Amino acid sequence: MNKLWRFNGGVKLSGFKSLSNAAGVKRPPLPKRLYLPLQQHIGAPAEALVEVGDKVYKGQLIAASSSFISAPVHASSSGTVVELKKHIIAHPSGIAEDCIVIETDGKDEWHSSISALSNPDALDLDELRSRISEAGVVGLGGAVFPSGAKLKPTRSIDTLVINGAECEPYITCDDRLMRTRPREIIRGLLLLRRLVNPTECIIAVEDNKPEAVQHLRRAIDELKSEGIGSVSTVRVVAVPTLFPAGGEKQLIKVLTGKAVPQRGLPYEVGVVCLNVGTTAAVYDAIYEGKPLISRLVTITGPNVKHAANYEVPIGTPVQHMLDIAGADDTGGGEQNRLIMGGPMMGHVLPNAQVPVVKATNCILVEPKADVVPTTAMPCIRCGSCADVCPMHLLPQQLYWHARGKAFDKLDHHNLADCIECGCCAVACPSKIPLVHYFRFAKTEKKEFDAKAIFADQSRVRMQIREARIAQRERELEERKAKRKADRLKKKKAKAAAAAASANASVDDQDQASNGVSV
Amino acid sequence: MILSAIVVLTLLAILFGLLLGYAEKHFHIEGDPVVDQIDALLPQTQCGQCDYPGCRPYAEAIADGEADINQCPPGGQPGIVALAELLGREPKPLNESHGEESIKTVVIIDEKICIGCTLCIQACPVDAIVGATKQMHTIIKDECTGCDLCIPPCPVECIYVIPRDTGLDAWSWPEPRALQG
Amino acid sequence: MKFELDTSPHLQPTASVHRVMLHVLLGLIPGAIAMIWFFGWGVWFNIVIAIVTATGAEAMMIRSRGGDARATLHDLSAVVTAVLLALALPPLAPWWLTVTGSLFAIIITKQLFGGLGFNPFNPAMAGYAALLISFPREMTQWIPPSMIAEHPLGLWDTLVVTFAGSLPDQLPWDAVTAATPLDLMKTRLGLMDTIGEIRSNILFGDFGGRGWEWVGNWFFVGGLWLLYKRIITWHIPVAVLGSLFTISLLFYLTNPDAHPTPLFHIFSGGAVVCAFFIATDPVSGCASAKGRLLFGACVGILIFVIRTWGGYPDGVAFAVLLMNLAAPSIDYFTRPRVFGEDRGS
Repeated sequence: MNKLWRFNGGVKLSGFKSLSNAAGVKRPPLPKRLYLPLQQHIGAPAEALVEVGDKVYKGQLIAASSSFISAPVHASSSGTVVELKKHIIAHPSGIAEDCIVIETDGKDEWHSSISALSNPDALDLDELRSRISEAGVVGLGGAVFPSGAKLKPTRSIDTLVINGAECEPYITCDDRLMRTRPREIIRGLLLLRRLVNPTECIIAVEDNKPEAVQHLRRAIDELKSEGIGSVSTVRVVAVPTLFPAGGEKQLIKVLTGKAVPQRGLPYEVGVVCLNVGTTAAVYDAIYEGKPLISRLVTITGPNVKHAANYEVPIGTPVQHMLDIAGADDTGGGEQNRLIMGGPMMGHVLPNAQVPVVKATNCILVEPKADVVPTTAMPCIRCGSCADVCPMHLLPQQLYWHARGKAFDKLDHHNLADCIECGCCAVACPSKIPLVHYFRFAKTEKKEFDAKAIFADQSRVRMQIREARIAQRERELEERKAKRKADRLKKKKAKAAAAAASANASVDDQDQASNGVSV
Repeated sequence: MILSAIVVLTLLAILFGLLLGYAEKHFHIEGDPVVDQIDALLPQTQCGQCDYPGCRPYAEAIADGEADINQCPPGGQPGIVALAELLGREPKPLNESHGEESIKTVVIIDEKICIGCTLCIQACPVDAIVGATKQMHTIIKDECTGCDLCIPPCPVECIYVIPRDTGLDAWSWPEPRALQG
Repeated sequence: MKFELDTSPHLQPTASVHRVMLHVLLGLIPGAIAMIWFFGWGVWFNIVIAIVTATGAEAMMIRSRGGDARATLHDLSAVVTAVLLALALPPLAPWWLTVTGSLFAIIITKQLFGGLGFNPFNPAMAGYAALLISFPREMTQWIPPSMIAEHPLGLWDTLVVTFAGSLPDQLPWDAVTAATPLDLMKTRLGLMDTIGEIRSNILFGDFGGRGWEWVGNWFFVGGLWLLYKRIITWHIPVAVLGSLFTISLLFYLTNPDAHPTPLFHIFSGGAVVCAFFIATDPVSGCASAKGRLLFGACVGILIFVIRTWGGYPDGVAFAVLLMNLAAPSIDYFTRPRVFGEDRGS
């Protein structure tokens, strides 16, 4: 019954989890200003509903979802909207994007619409689904895919997987969440179970988090004794600690033995997979009526004084959190390298002014002095990268083609299937930054394809225009010829008749329309 | 012996001749595929910086050996490399007399100033400007190739060049570039 | 190369080319000691001369291309090439033979193709093959272990032989050198002798050549070390030895008089060192697991084919070089199925 499968490759990593998982969840004081990006999720950005000067309350909807794949944004605390501007966001590019800036009033007053539901278990499925979407719940494991869209599978589902694997080193927010709020996670799971109607539910936790497993199992027993739902069909499974076991496709493979089709989605093999944080957010949205306005963030690093998990309001500047955690005494991140996410897949923050967003699971603070620049050597084709690749790719081939920008070859070697987990790069004896090459090649290929489409479109438009001009010229010629013929005829007629009415009929045809419409 | 050899060879010659004739007729390729291939590599900006009135004429000129492969600034160095690969030549740097490789741009019309003269509409090679006589014109941004051909004819100088796209969607990872040392 | 952009993963790789090559060298130590034990100090001199020549040539080539010679030599790949070549040469090879082979291996086979990672052929085997073709007489003069026992050559004597080419005490060359067991087997089989008659020769031991079988054992131990350290995967060694064993067993069973036993094939010549150290060269070999199996199996079969019907007594070098040629195609056709890929439909 508890048979587990294996995925190809993967790497064993030191966890460094004890740095931050010992302390309980801490609640930081409110920052002065909150920066809420309109796009914190995959899909279309939300549309702002507030104006500068508006008074907002905690939990109030301030930006609405703009399409099916989108998510609304809610105010994380009460205060005044002071600016709608582009602010630097947590993205490796350091690009500034549209943000709603709220000056907090410190009262942290809830909006009047926020109240716990009287009978959430009586909600019908559509109501349940739309409430989850309206609460701005997105995948908190990192992909930030709007959860509402995931919960309407088009085929029957066998397994609901709640992902608590948390395979990245340093990050412990899911671990802490599972220890602190196991009941809420399981009740959230029961809600999700109603929506997708699976035959079994599995909460998967890497076996380096025995406390989390224990807490979850105990919570199941408690709920069972309280007679809530059919909790007994929910299993907590400890999966072997091997990065990237928390990758959606890898986890599904480990738990069910099923391989999600290439470039496909889990529901195609009858699985829906959500993160534990998402599940807890679903609980909050339905039972408490609270939208997603804060999340657990691990602030950790070798020199962080109060490394722990913090319940951070979305939009809090990273600097505020660093000050509280005692991570950065000098300010501005001058001496530290800040990584949002884990060391394997996280990215370096452009500076400490970026806000915490729904995707932020961890801020890893590394002293810059510890960062040794890599010195890459030529690839010796040893194949270590292919041995560890969880997607069965051939990174060394991709590397050659990425360097040569051979897009057709990259396609042939399935570059699009790379999940950028970083296993190949940490296994590479030549220390080649493989993932960087792949990211570069992916965006380059996207640009190349877009250019090709645009060129084709321009060519067609040019051809149509040329054809139109040619036709007009032809028509002009024809008309000219006709006029000439007419004139000749008339001359003849005139000569023949040698009569009066001569000047009349020529002028009216003279207006060749040269100005054009489209 | 000799006779049979002659007969066999003659028969073979006739057979292959017929085959070749048949192939010529039935597998005939329309147009000039080299020109098409060159054209496919050009950016289709239709800007005329190459001194030809569009990408297709430039492609024909390259195929005829009239024009060099380094006369297209919008295609830039990648374009030259692609052409060199197709034609089996050595890539060379862009001929600066035709312009410099720059970021992708589009133009916008300042609609407050536009007098509706239609001159830009006539200049646009890809019909990316809409408008009518004495009516304000506007540019379809998604169709604009950034050729800038509409700028010189404008009598009131109401057309500006802006970068094509900025923001997350247009951002791409920089090429992993080795540091010296 | 250092990179200016900082992107994930932010963990440093623990593996390095230096470490890989260092372990290969460590793995070669037991076999090399066994060879010195059985074939005398000449092996040692070969190794030293080859290392000096190879690293010198590599440094020169890198510097002429404006590179950092010290950093390149640090990867130890030139040393590995030198040692592999030296172990393949006759123990009393004159110094210029070793020098020529090392120069060919490093300059022509490796650096002219772009250096580490870019050579399509195994440099050591290409150097060996070049010598075998150019200097067949020098390349086939081996000393059998029995001769070493009879006429022990000291360090100094060997040095004189290597550099001056003269034997002490007016010993004639013929008294010291003889063919390798594989060579003898081939020649005598050509004369229609039976295996039994040939095996009675002093050159042969329990199941391979005398001394050779022990050398093979020690290389095997070194190979296990590489497997344990995960420097190589099991695919190529298993495939090489497995296919060589299987095909020689088939022929042995059909005619035991005309074909030596499978164990003779494995424990003579370079089969073991090839399986663990030469065919496993990543640069010129295959990368995928399936590819490695195919690559190794073909090497094993080619070794047997060349030994049995080819013009040379041992086929290791040519088998590896031929398969180097085929490696890119094998890699292309053994591309693994991507996660979730369904090629069936």
